[in-house]
Amino acid sequence: MRKLLKIGAMLSGLLALIPQLALAAGEKADELIVVADTRVLNNSVMLYFADLYNTNILLFAIWAVVLTALYGVFLGVTMDFIMARTGLDLSKRKIVEH
Amino acid sequence: MEMFGDSSWLYMYMPIAGVTIFWPGLVLIGFSVGVIGGFFGMGGAWMVTPGLNILGFPMAFAIGTDIAHIAGKSMVSTMRHSKFGNVDYKLGIVMIIGTMFGIEIGAQLIMYLERLGTVGTVVRWVYVVFLALISFMVFYDYYKAVNKKKHGEADGERGTEGITWYKTLHKIRIPPMMHFEKAGFTCSAWLPIIVSFVTGILAGFLGIGGGLLRMPALIYLIGCPTHIAVGTDLFEVMISGLYGAFTYTLKGRIELVAVFVMLTGAAIGAQIGTVATKYAKGYGIRIAFGIAVLCCMVSIILKEYGFAMMSAALILGTISLICIYIMKIMFVGAAQELREKKARG
Repeated sequence: MRKLLKIGAMLSGLLALIPQLALAAGEKADELIVVADTRVLNNSVMLYFADLYNTNILLFAIWAVVLTALYGVFLGVTMDFIMARTGLDLSKRKIVEH
Repeated sequence: MEMFGDSSWLYMYMPIAGVTIFWPGLVLIGFSVGVIGGFFGMGGAWMVTPGLNILGFPMAFAIGTDIAHIAGKSMVSTMRHSKFGNVDYKLGIVMIIGTMFGIEIGAQLIMYLERLGTVGTVVRWVYVVFLALISFMVFYDYYKAVNKKKHGEADGERGTEGITWYKTLHKIRIPPMMHFEKAGFTCSAWLPIIVSFVTGILAGFLGIGGGLLRMPALIYLIGCPTHIAVGTDLFEVMISGLYGAFTYTLKGRIELVAVFVMLTGAAIGAQIGTVATKYAKGYGIRIAFGIAVLCCMVSIILKEYGFAMMSAALILGTISLICIYIMKIMFVGAAQELREKKARG
């Protein structure tokens, strides 16, 4: 797990050096300017993120990646905890091609 | 009882897109793609977009939301595959170098061609040709392997294999030579770099994540056993997905709430898909992958000729059937393992 995080952090840093690595699809939508409607939001967390989306997209992007990664790790660890209780051996497998 | 009369709780407001979406549909899409992605070792963006479209999700947000959810989902799958020993990190890191430069060149190439004129149709037909080649390769490999098996021919410790192009490529000994312990072979470092570079260019050119191209390339050109190819490819999808999520968010093309909802379903699906690889034979994974690629190809052709609904129906139908097939492998295999464990005391 720690090894995975370490490698992930290292590679994310490396990737950040190369611009526009992201997929080529969707350029046509670049022309659109979308503004989140904060008037209809009551939840303070939602309001914060919608506001951030409108005012500071870079910080919003950083939050989006960090939260996605954290939620991914959280779900991975939680599912690991649950799967460990099924009684299945999840530490090894045989590679059988046929 | 009030809950059953009023169905508003089944709908969730998306604060950035400003639309209300049927959230169990998002969970279901996440779950299905989690199962299939964990089993085949790919992101599966081509499966998510039609599903989101049907739910009424604004297409402007579809790609970014899709990529962010795929990055998170691949993280869950990579963690599970890693415990099985299915991820060759060394190979993954070497390939990342080729992949990132390749995708960058592919993306630049498509932007250049777009400046010259409409390339949408050309790109779609190139995609169709490659999907046809991949599915042909998978089925030809299976056919050849079955024939060899009938004649009692074997290819060493991996048993009978159909296509063994990697054996010829492993003979190229341009330094530096590298040993990949988990994948179990030694080859010139240039082989995975060049293969990932070429698949990266194609992925960038076609506007896809690349798992669909990289997974067969890892098997047939680099020589990974199927299970290692699945795990290692997911590791790459995770890294490129996180970066893709960042750049698409900078363009404002993400709906974070939908990402989290889909990711919750995907985490459960990813466990099923990943654990199913333990009970599946390598050729079983390859054949199911070939069928998925074939359906993807037919759906693109249908879309090209204006049958958008039929195309979406084909993709969703394929997802459902493959999902059921993978779940059957997982539950039958798990039940068998638990029975054997009980019998042993």
